[in-house]
Amino acid sequence: MEKEAIRNELKDIIDPYVMEKELLGNLSDTMELINDLKINSANIVDIVLDIEEKYDIMIDDNSINQMNTVGEAIGVIEAKIAEK
Amino acid sequence: MSLDQTRVVITGMGVVAPNGTGISNYLHALKNGISGIKYREDLKELKFGCQIAGTPVVTDEYKQELLPELIAKKVENSGVIYGCLAGIEAFKDAGFEIDPERYDPDTGIVFGAGALGLDSFVGEKINMIDNGNTRRLGTWSSTQSMNSGASAYLNQILGFGNRIICNSSACSSGTEAVILGYEYIKSGKAKRMLCGSSEGEGRYIWGAFDALRVLCRDSNDNPTGGSRPLSSSSAGFVPAAGSGALMIESLESAMERGAKIYAEIVGTGLNSGGQRNGGTMTAPNSQAVQACIKSAVNEAGIDPQEIDLVSGHLTSTMADPLEIKNWSEALGRSGCNFPYVNSTKSMIGHSIAGAGSVEIVASLLQMNNGFIHPTINCGEVHPSVENLICAQKISTESRNVEVNTVIKANFGFGDVNSAIVLRKLEV
Repeated sequence: MEKEAIRNELKDIIDPYVMEKELLGNLSDTMELINDLKINSANIVDIVLDIEEKYDIMIDDNSINQMNTVGEAIGVIEAKIAEK
Repeated sequence: MSLDQTRVVITGMGVVAPNGTGISNYLHALKNGISGIKYREDLKELKFGCQIAGTPVVTDEYKQELLPELIAKKVENSGVIYGCLAGIEAFKDAGFEIDPERYDPDTGIVFGAGALGLDSFVGEKINMIDNGNTRRLGTWSSTQSMNSGASAYLNQILGFGNRIICNSSACSSGTEAVILGYEYIKSGKAKRMLCGSSEGEGRYIWGAFDALRVLCRDSNDNPTGGSRPLSSSSAGFVPAAGSGALMIESLESAMERGAKIYAEIVGTGLNSGGQRNGGTMTAPNSQAVQACIKSAVNEAGIDPQEIDLVSGHLTSTMADPLEIKNWSEALGRSGCNFPYVNSTKSMIGHSIAGAGSVEIVASLLQMNNGFIHPTINCGEVHPSVENLICAQKISTESRNVEVNTVIKANFGFGDVNSAIVLRKLEV
């Protein structure tokens, strides 16, 4: 799957959890989910569950810990899709 | 002024009821005797004896208008949603605006719930647990399944810093919540309290009542005719869901803010029959019911003759005639000297813990719009009721009558009682 397509889909998934919508307009791979997008840390678990459902993949705890930035999250999704 | 002389008034109202979501829709439905009871195919498939229920209609647009996006999109528990919607409507109606930066230590919440965690949403969650998939529950399940879910989510939006509690006393919870808030304000520990109650919709809450055989089973093909309080053909209550909320505050606080005032809370009663002397887990001790009503009238310092309207608990069961007997004896009024009496449940069914607050909102609307709403489906009054009070005190049509003083009561499983006297403000 195209990286760009995943980025757009990820944007839709995190949208409800981002209070300051203008941040989504300039979404870049280096942005941190918690520090830059101001997502409540508890909601990272919910985002992971939404991603799992969307792509029918399983994201283990170890991988969750590697998903600090948008780019890292896309990387984990790509890797898990490839493993299917 | 000493603390116990603090006067407490109602300055905001909100509601999510089966026959109307939002105050203006609810007022329209009450005035016109519109029922919110509908047939439920799912209850038929589940082999319920009672296949009709009162379920509020809440559109996505209404949720998005009042709630923060995350709550509107992600909270699945209907009891939490109803409570948040009613609470925010009451808060705004009282003249406040939501401000994410504001922290208000002078305001608190008492929001009652009966079985909030048994809302229909919980079924899917329990299946996940039983199927060994607990990790998929996400972070929202615990906060939505706690009985204090409505008060907790409400306060996430409103940012109050006083007491934030959830009371639970079965069908008495709603009126009890308002009484507890009133007592806090009178104690001087809070200036304002957002009070109400909520009950979600669904099979896990209603199933147990169906098993008790206290639900109406004879009207599956005529849903709006199922709830028949005070009638000779009452055949059990119709299960329902909903939430009502009131912003109450000290008269001083209301005057300072220049808030509009719907009514003053002038008297309250809260007690239990102890499950003695005729009282059981599910039936009231009449002596205690009467003591509760008398306590509210005494605290109000009024003559029972001044009461214009009795807003009954009146669920459409065999207990209705006994309730009228208790009212009549406690107030010392009978025959054609009995006040007007009505049952909001005739139109919306019985929303368990939600009932009291939804019905207090109805009382306030009648006081402020000069009418008494009908008790629908009561064409033929129960003979035992007619032996106690004149049939014309019950009406199947709306009446335009000035209503200055209302007494409202609710009675709950566990033999618990609550009564409240509301009066137009006299300064």
